[in-house]
Amino acid sequence: MSGQGAAAAQATTMPIAKALNSALREAMRADEKVLLMGEDIGPLGGVFRITEGLHAEFGGDRVLDTPLAESGIIGTAIGLAMRGYRPVIEIQFDGFVYPGFDQIVSQLAKMRARHRGAVSMPVVIRIPYGGHIGAVEHHQESPEAYFAHTAGLRVVSPSTANDAHWMLRQAIESDDPVVFLEPKAKYWTKGEVLPEPTAGLHDAVVARQGSDVTLIGHGAMVHVLLQAAEIAEAEGTSCEVVDLRSLSPIDWAPIIASAERTGRVVVAQEAPGHVSVGSEVAATIAERAFYSLEAPVLRVSGFDTPFPPAQLEAVYLPDADRVLDAVDRALAH
Amino acid sequence: MTGAATATEPIRLLDAEGALVETDANAEWRELAAQLTTDDRLAMHGEMVRTRAFDIEAGHLQRQGKLGLWVPSLGQEGAQVGAAWAARDQDTLFPSYREHLLALHRGVEMRQIIDIFRGASHGGWSPLEVRGMRIYSLVIATHALHSTGYAMGIRLDGACGTGDEAVDEAVMAFYGDGAASQGDASEGLVFAASYEAPIVFFVQNNKWAISVPSSRQSRFPLHERARGFGLDAAWVDGNDPLASFAVTRRMLDAARQGRPGYVEADTYRMGAHTTSDDPTRYRTSDEEEAWRRRDPIARMAVHLRSLGVDDAALAAQEQEAAELAADMRRQTLAAGTAASDDIFDFVYAEPHPLMDEQRQALADFEAGFGSGS
Ligand SMILES: Cc1ncc(C[n+]2csc(CCOP(=O)(O)OP(=O)(O)O)c2C)c(N)n1
Ligand SMILES: [Mg+2]
Repeated sequence: MSGQGAAAAQATTMPIAKALNSALREAMRADEKVLLMGEDIGPLGGVFRITEGLHAEFGGDRVLDTPLAESGIIGTAIGLAMRGYRPVIEIQFDGFVYPGFDQIVSQLAKMRARHRGAVSMPVVIRIPYGGHIGAVEHHQESPEAYFAHTAGLRVVSPSTANDAHWMLRQAIESDDPVVFLEPKAKYWTKGEVLPEPTAGLHDAVVARQGSDVTLIGHGAMVHVLLQAAEIAEAEGTSCEVVDLRSLSPIDWAPIIASAERTGRVVVAQEAPGHVSVGSEVAATIAERAFYSLEAPVLRVSGFDTPFPPAQLEAVYLPDADRVLDAVDRALAH
Repeated sequence: MTGAATATEPIRLLDAEGALVETDANAEWRELAAQLTTDDRLAMHGEMVRTRAFDIEAGHLQRQGKLGLWVPSLGQEGAQVGAAWAARDQDTLFPSYREHLLALHRGVEMRQIIDIFRGASHGGWSPLEVRGMRIYSLVIATHALHSTGYAMGIRLDGACGTGDEAVDEAVMAFYGDGAASQGDASEGLVFAASYEAPIVFFVQNNKWAISVPSSRQSRFPLHERARGFGLDAAWVDGNDPLASFAVTRRMLDAARQGRPGYVEADTYRMGAHTTSDDPTRYRTSDEEEAWRRRDPIARMAVHLRSLGVDDAALAAQEQEAAELAADMRRQTLAAGTAASDDIFDFVYAEPHPLMDEQRQALADFEAGFGSGS
C-alpha cells in the first residue's frame, strides 16, 4: 500500500489543497482506472478547488461532474468499482454526506463481506470536514464517528500537507473503501511534501515529543494541540502530541507507548464527545495502560449539540485554552 | 411503440388462456418473439416449472424449520423467464431477492440460493463464478444504483455502442413496485439517463409491497414515470413469457446502443411476501383467484400444446423438476454450518489489526472450552 511513482525529486512546499490536487493528478496518471466523481468538480475544480485543472487534463470521462445526488454518486461508484474502476468521490461538505449514508454503511462497507471476498471496493470518499470557517449550517461538521463505527470502512484524516498528499495516494491504492476526512480549515496551510511517504496510511505518529502529558487528536485539531503544547512549554509543562491520522483502524502502539511514558492523556476532537472516536481512544488507553496512568484520560470535544451558528463556533470548538484546562486537570491528580 | 402515449393495455402476445393474440399493435412484438423456436419455448416452460418446484420445496423446508425465511416467486416466473431469455450472454443482471428463476437460468445452484435463507451466507454465490448474475440485494432499490454504475463502466470501457448486438454489453436491474418509491430508484433513472448508460430497469409490478398495494406507491403508471426521466419505457403483460421476452429484448438492444430503458411487467405475487407474511390480512381470495387464472406456467403450457408439444414432454419436465427439488431438499438437510472465521475473513481486502486481534481472541476463547475438565 505504499505510494510510489511520480513523486517530485525533493521536498516541495505547498498548501494542503495543492498537495491533495497533486496526489489526485499523480494517481490518475499512474492508473487509468482511477476516476473522480462529485458535484462541481469539473471545470470549476470543486468548491474548494481541490480538483482544479484535472478536468482539463483528463476530460469528462475521468472527472465526472455528476448529477446532484449523493446516494446516486456513491451507489454508482460501487457499480463502477464492480466493473474494475477505482472511484475517488468528493462530497461537497461534511453535512451533505448523509443522503448517501445507506450506500456507504450498508452497501460500500459490506459489499466485500457479502461477496465472501470475491468483490473488493476500492473507493475513496473525500469529505472536507470540520469547523473554523464561519460557514452556514451543515458546512462545519465532524461525522467521523459514524464511519469509524462501521465495519468494512477505513477512516483517515491528515493534518499536514505531506500527509494529505501521501495518505490520499495510499488511500487510492487501497483495495478497501476509505473515508478520507480533509481538514477544510487548513486547506491553505502550507507544508513540505516529501518525495516519498514516511508512514503507512494507518500509522499514528508523534507530532511533538514531550514528557508530562500526551495530547491526542486528528486533522485540524492537531494544530490546536501543537499550539497548546507550545503555550504549556512556556509554562513549564512538556506535552507530547500524537497525531492519530487513522481513525479506523487506530494504530494503538504509539498511543499506548506515549500514555505509558507520560501517564496523563488528553484526547481532543471537534466532534461531539458522546460515543466518539475520542471515547474509543480513552477507553482503550484505560484498558491497555491502566497501571501507567496517573490521572483519568480526559476528553475535550465539541458539545453534544448541533453545530451552532457561526458566531458561536469559537465557543463550540475546542481551542488551546480548553485543551490547556484539561491539561491542568490531568496534572492536578 | 415504446415511446407512445398512455397505453390502456400492457403489451401481450398470449391471452389469459394462453391463446396467441394477433393484433396490429403487437405485430412488432410477435416478430421478435418469432425468434423463439418451439424448443426454446419448451425450455422456457421447463425453467418456470423447475423454479416453481424449487420454490414450493423451499417453502416446505422453511415450515419444517430448515430455513429461517423463504421468499417465494410464485406467479412471477413468466416475467422472469422472458427477461432471462432476452438478456444476451454478455449481459449482467442485478437482482433483488425474488429473482430465483433468473439466478437458476444463469447457473446459480439451488443450494446456493438456499444458503442465503438458511443463514449460511449473505451472498450465496460469487458473481465471478456465475455468468453475469450479481448477488441478491435486500436493502430495497440500492442496486438500482450499483447496476447503473456498472453500466456507466461498460460505457467508459467502450464495451457497448458499437452496433454489434452480439458483443455490446448491457445491464438489467430487477426491482418491484414498492422499490420504485425509493430515492435510489429515481436516482438510478437520473444517472442512467444522464450518462446514457446501457441499462434496462425491469420492474415487476406484482401489485403488492408486503401489505401495501401498488396504488399507494404511485397514482400514475410506473412506466410513464420512467419516461419523465428520459428513458424509453414499455408496459408488458408479465405473465406472458413471450411478450416479456420480446419487449425486454428490444429494450436491451436499444440500451446497448445508449438508450436506457424501463420495462414495467404487470404480474402478481401469488404467494405471501415471505414465509413471515399473512396475505389474508390485507387482500381478498377473489383477487388471488383472478390472478391464479392467469398463471404464466399454465398459459405457456396451453401455448405449447397449440404448437404440437405433447403432454408427455410437459410431464417429463414436471418429473425432472420434482427430482431436482427433492435433490435440493437432500442437500439442504445434509449441509453443514459456516465456519466462525467467516465472520472476519472477508471484511477487508488488506490486513486489518482488529480482524486479526478478534479472530485470535475468539479462537482462544473457543479453545478454552476444548481443553476443559
Ligand atoms: C430500505 C428497505 N426498507 C424496507 C425493507 C423491508 N421490505 C422488504 S421487501 C419490502 C417490500 C418490497 O416490495 P416491492 O418492491 O414491490 O417488491 P416485492 O417484494 O413485491 O417483490 C419491504 C418493505 C427493505 N428490505 N429495505
Ligand atoms: Mg411488489
